[in-house]
Amino acid sequence: MNFYEISKEPIIIQEVIDKVVQREAGAITTFIGTVRELTHGKKTLYLIYEAYESMAVKKLEQIGQEIKERWSGTEVAITHRVGKLDITDIAVVIAVSTPHRADAYEANRYAIERIKEIVPIWKKEHWEDGEEWIGNQLETVAYPKGKPEEKDLNE
Amino acid sequence: MNNILFFAHLRDAVGRESVQLDASGKTVAELKQLITDKYEAVNLEHVMTAINEEFASNEDVIHDGDEVAFIPPVSGG
Repeated sequence: MNFYEISKEPIIIQEVIDKVVQREAGAITTFIGTVRELTHGKKTLYLIYEAYESMAVKKLEQIGQEIKERWSGTEVAITHRVGKLDITDIAVVIAVSTPHRADAYEANRYAIERIKEIVPIWKKEHWEDGEEWIGNQLETVAYPKGKPEEKDLNE
Repeated sequence: MNNILFFAHLRDAVGRESVQLDASGKTVAELKQLITDKYEAVNLEHVMTAINEEFASNEDVIHDGDEVAFIPPVSGG
């Protein structure tokens, strides 16, 4: 079973959840990332996601491994969609099961934050008046060493 | 030879998704310089680099056959 996937098709939430079902679990949290219409008052028409697919899968696996080391008894499944997504479409689904609910919430939050740091997936915003790859022109994120900081790589 | 991959706005700036060139023996920093000399529209100051799908630093040396990818700040999720 592939617990970490990049998908060109719409994500079926239940399929992601089913992967983490285990007898030891008392909780499953599911995060569903969706395409938002308004960002800082600007109206999005649609998004294009693209991935460095083989590396993205590896990095999703790494995140799953980090979670299992940090919260014991955890199962993790992540599917991220690529291609053209319309408003309200699902971009990512993260399912985490753990023996106790507090860990399930924490570990799931950790997964989405890590995706935004180390997984090579990009989105291009298409607005009424133009388009732009997010995370570049403003240069609010920079990597002076040419890679993520050590703390980002090994949490 | 080395396969050099570009993503997101870097792909737009270079005009193609990959180029073949010989970067063996060069550091990542040296390859960045070579690319920016060749493609003036490309700014590699704020991008990460991956060698064979693992993040690498500017000092890392590229070997023959390595796949090098320039990775702008990611925005998945």
